[in-house]
Amino acid sequence: MDIHEYQAKELLAACGVAIPKGGVAYSPEQAAYLASEIGGSRWAVKAQIHSGARGKAGGIKLCSSEHEIADAAKDLLGRTLVTNQTGPEGRTCHRVYVEAAVPIRRELYIGFVLDRKHERIVVVAAPQGGMEIEEIARTAPQSIVREVIEPAVGMQAFQAREVAFALGLGSAEVRRAARTVMGAYRAFRDFDAVLVEINPLVVTEAGEVLALDAKMSFDDNALFRRPEVRELRDYAQEDPREAQAAEHGLNYVALDGEIGCIINGAGLAMATMDMIKHAGGRPANFLDVGGGASPDRIAAAFRLVLSDAKVGAILVNIFAGINRCDWVAQGILQAMQETRLSLPLVVRLSGTNVEEGRRILADSGLPIIGAETLREAAERVVTALREAGGGAGAVAA
Amino acid sequence: MSILLDERTPVIVQGFTGDKGTFHAREMIAYGTNVVGGVTPGKGGTRHLDRPVFNTVKEATRETGAEASLIFVPAAGCADAIMEAADAGVRLVVTITDGIPAQDMMQVKRYLLRYLKERRTVLIGPNCAGLISAGKAMMGIMPGHIYTRGSVGVVTRSGTLGYEAASQMKAAGVGVSTSVGIGGDPINGTSFRDILALFEEDPETEAVMMIGEIGGPQEAEAATFVRDNMTKPVIGYVAGLTAPPGRRMGHAGAIISAFGDSAAEKAEIMKEAGLVVAPNPAELGSTVAATLARTTARTTVPVA
Repeated sequence: MDIHEYQAKELLAACGVAIPKGGVAYSPEQAAYLASEIGGSRWAVKAQIHSGARGKAGGIKLCSSEHEIADAAKDLLGRTLVTNQTGPEGRTCHRVYVEAAVPIRRELYIGFVLDRKHERIVVVAAPQGGMEIEEIARTAPQSIVREVIEPAVGMQAFQAREVAFALGLGSAEVRRAARTVMGAYRAFRDFDAVLVEINPLVVTEAGEVLALDAKMSFDDNALFRRPEVRELRDYAQEDPREAQAAEHGLNYVALDGEIGCIINGAGLAMATMDMIKHAGGRPANFLDVGGGASPDRIAAAFRLVLSDAKVGAILVNIFAGINRCDWVAQGILQAMQETRLSLPLVVRLSGTNVEEGRRILADSGLPIIGAETLREAAERVVTALREAGGGAGAVAA
Repeated sequence: MSILLDERTPVIVQGFTGDKGTFHAREMIAYGTNVVGGVTPGKGGTRHLDRPVFNTVKEATRETGAEASLIFVPAAGCADAIMEAADAGVRLVVTITDGIPAQDMMQVKRYLLRYLKERRTVLIGPNCAGLISAGKAMMGIMPGHIYTRGSVGVVTRSGTLGYEAASQMKAAGVGVSTSVGIGGDPINGTSFRDILALFEEDPETEAVMMIGEIGGPQEAEAATFVRDNMTKPVIGYVAGLTAPPGRRMGHAGAIISAFGDSAAEKAEIMKEAGLVVAPNPAELGSTVAATLARTTARTTVPVA
């Protein structure tokens, strides 16, 4: 789960990370009013969307008067910003963050990740802030510092100091930077984050060390014990179909193709999509119905797949372990009736109670195209799509 | 032979009396697994499925001599259950539970290192289908009937794709020695590499099928291990060719977030390391059969 910059800054500040003065606004008037509360003579108005690289997309505006702030907020609020991280559909800005603009001497990079190789929290730092870490890794890999944190005792002060010294800071700044590093680590650990990124971390002309931008992502599996994180969720920034899927215990990711997929198990789902591609088609989505797929859940899966207007044919591939094919078959029939399905449907059932499942589908008299193997299933759905004139302009019921 | 588990291994179930524990323990017993009891805190002293229930894992191992434990404990308390089993000296722990927080797994992995290598617990999973030594015993949730006993080891992240591979192998006349699901989480117990090392040592296993997916460094590490240490042929497949970067494909660990995470890159690394890579997921069974035919005339060990 992702949150906004201003929310990440609030969490980090609570853990001892210093941030510039600022506040969130939902209207131009509120934004202008915030400037007077913050004080100073220059401010940044920043679009709050779940994406980095907002500056290049015109999502960050520097202002020198309350009038300019109101204009900037008016321009940003309601606008859809497309960055290199949002995809072509972009994300719509419904909140802006107004922040004191401070004179900057240096920009640094600090990030925390749960590293899969070490299976530990790792802090990554570099003296070139403002760039993406991937770019720093490409252009100046020798300048990147890493510290692996021992889970039994957590991050130690000497590690934070080592990071700060490696960034080439002076002694007064090292103390402040070390405090920031330690605070960010605590936020990572205490809120079950999977990513904390402060980019840039800046040293101001006055010698302060401040988090100028911040990003945090959280472990979905740990949200049950982090109510303070859960309440920061902004559904407006998420794909509504993915949120709808989660409500039914389904796992859905929208893709670009025309063949709707309903499959049990993440690995089999990916493999089935691979096979569709191999057969010359394109999957419209990833969808894992999970174990113990009840008829209701299968029906929800059909509704979800059909809500994508690009879908011109559907492939159901179930390998029943905990699931039972007869149960899945009943779910399919129920879903077809409920959705008045008019698109070609290919069903491949395998595993527990497969014969009964196939018989239920055959006895229904409904136009279901059966398949026994993964290859048949993929080839038949690609052919069915082509024969239905799909692939371009096919419209779902 | 087989790896990790056979029909003699005494097994307990943690979360024994719950719905899932009950259902799958029954299936396991029917398959031939030596289930000797279970653990549900607060229900110690009762009996379930005609076997004793204990309050703690220590009590269960002391009374039954259990060497292995299958865990169905819900995600919030699952790390605790794994550590309890490790502390009781259980040699093999298989965790089916999905949804354990990543930082909990980080602590579990660290905790397992408390013990000397000789008595350190082997953890399989979490978020996996478990393991099965075909025709002998199973600890997991897989449909046992799709596996025929034979000489190919299987190691896979995904449960259902592992079933697909097993049924394709069965159709191609190829049997399985042991099939291990290592799970789809970003931090898991045993890696591909650990399982490959066990298969290399197992006299009954003649070849190994390894099924990976997008995300994480374990497939590449395993490929290097195959190149440097394995004499037996390894057939590989990596699911997720159509997965876009940065999107989580169901499994918590199935996400392309770094160089080398994509299916195409991993398949290339496997090929370079000398693995036979199945051209598509409909040819898992036939690729194994063809590889076996090339390396040895014997393709299956007849069922005893």
